[in-house]
Amino acid sequence: MKKIEAIIRRTKFEDVKEALLEADIEWFSYYEVRGVGKSRQGRIYRGVVYDTSSIERILVSIVVRDKNVERTIQAILSAAQTGEIGDGRIFIIPVQDSIRIRTGERGNIALYNAEHEE
Amino acid sequence: MDTTYTITDLALSLDTVWMLLAAMLVFFMQPGFALVEAGFTRTKNTANILMKNLLDFSLGSLLFWAIGFGIMFGSGGFMGMPHLFNFRFLDSELPIEGFLVFQTVFCATASTIVSGAMAERTKFSMYIAYSILISALIYPISGHWTWGGGWLMNEEETGFMMNTFGTVFHDFAGSTIVHSVGGWVALVGAAIISPRIGKYSKDGKSRAIPGHNLTIAALGVFILWFGWFGFNPGSQLAASGEENRVAISHVFLTTNLSACAGGVFSLITAWIRYKKPSLSLSLNGVLAGLVGITAGCDLVSPVGAALIGAISGVVMIFAVDFIDKVLKIDDPVGASAVHGVCGFLGTILTGLLALEEGWMYGAGPNFFLAQLFGTTVIGCWAAGMGFVVFKGLDIVHGLRVPARVEEEGLDIYEHGETAYNN
Repeated sequence: MKKIEAIIRRTKFEDVKEALLEADIEWFSYYEVRGVGKSRQGRIYRGVVYDTSSIERILVSIVVRDKNVERTIQAILSAAQTGEIGDGRIFIIPVQDSIRIRTGERGNIALYNAEHEE
Repeated sequence: MDTTYTITDLALSLDTVWMLLAAMLVFFMQPGFALVEAGFTRTKNTANILMKNLLDFSLGSLLFWAIGFGIMFGSGGFMGMPHLFNFRFLDSELPIEGFLVFQTVFCATASTIVSGAMAERTKFSMYIAYSILISALIYPISGHWTWGGGWLMNEEETGFMMNTFGTVFHDFAGSTIVHSVGGWVALVGAAIISPRIGKYSKDGKSRAIPGHNLTIAALGVFILWFGWFGFNPGSQLAASGEENRVAISHVFLTTNLSACAGGVFSLITAWIRYKKPSLSLSLNGVLAGLVGITAGCDLVSPVGAALIGAISGVVMIFAVDFIDKVLKIDDPVGASAVHGVCGFLGTILTGLLALEEGWMYGAGPNFFLAQLFGTTVIGCWAAGMGFVVFKGLDIVHGLRVPARVEEEGLDIYEHGETAYNN
């Protein structure tokens, strides 16, 4: 069981979402995040030049069974890549356990709908 | 009922309606100012700046009615006698109460200019104190010297201006009398209260504090522009007869041409100087053109008006830069550059470009010098009074909110309510 965290461009979010759904990743969370990095945008306000040090991105957080890790990564890579600096990162983090609150089921079974999968 | 009104009577009614209609338009500049100032500042202080705009009109109107109107238009040398609710002191063909309303909205315009320059750090209570003083004393006294028939506009041969310059000071709708008074008080106030936290880096470099909503600011500027069509053409105070209908039409045209030239030329200047056509500065440019033309909108040609607008727009950019980066006075909305500098500028340019008395049209320097003298005297008065008022308030009570209030926002601590809620 792994958690996959991907920081992607805001403009690529819809593409990534579709790619994940196509890869049968049925649920995930996402957050609007700000970060600091190499990319900067020059701005000017009332004659004073400044740059925005905060970069706006979307963080997608997905918990999957081990067998689905590679599929998920490929889906994100195919949809989020532009080749320019600032495309983002993917991180893979081990997850100790998961529990479905409705039934109290634990482990892999809590991550997917068994009846639906059969 | 007697239905046989004379033509003269109807003409006077037409004049009255025009004056009151213009007063409505000038009143509508209040929301214009409120939106410009709110847009150019941050969300955490929006309720505060709206409150200040609401207050200075409401309180200012009451004070101008009770005290200011008499000081401005009553008889007297330095200042007029307060009339204490008896308007019979003024001899006018137009209904006195209508005239009072018309003058009130002009006073409120001068008064509301300051709130933007001192935004995001001034105690609300201190703003009330300032508001009382400008509406009841500062504006009416210099107004008495001019529109009240005082020494700067006294046309008698024995008067000071006629003796010295052979002509009198001219400010048709208030480049100096309204706008520069507000603008200079704003500059002095912003200097005394010192910059907002974070406006200048430790080595004194100016930093941008972007306003939260340029949509609102742009709407505010369009509303002010609209209001100006009452401010300037309305100041003719008459519409009937050929002379008046030609005059208000001419003023309408010169006002619009100058506003447009101000916007275009500030845009070009910003584009060359900062490599981008800056919206925030072009919005100020339109206002610069409007403030600039206000003094001479009746005397200059349309070409002269476009020229005044263009010069005001360009100079405003350099004035914003100079005030921000050299003087290091933090004026979040550019009120001192727009109203102070361009009010001054428009007044003296009238001395150059007036068709009959202008220096550029070969009439000699006298009118120009009279303009320079008048606007300088009133500028010194406004700046001096601004210094006394704000320095005094600062010593007595402290002008500025505590650092924590400033950082977290005046809305929460000063007013207990915020403009934007989920």
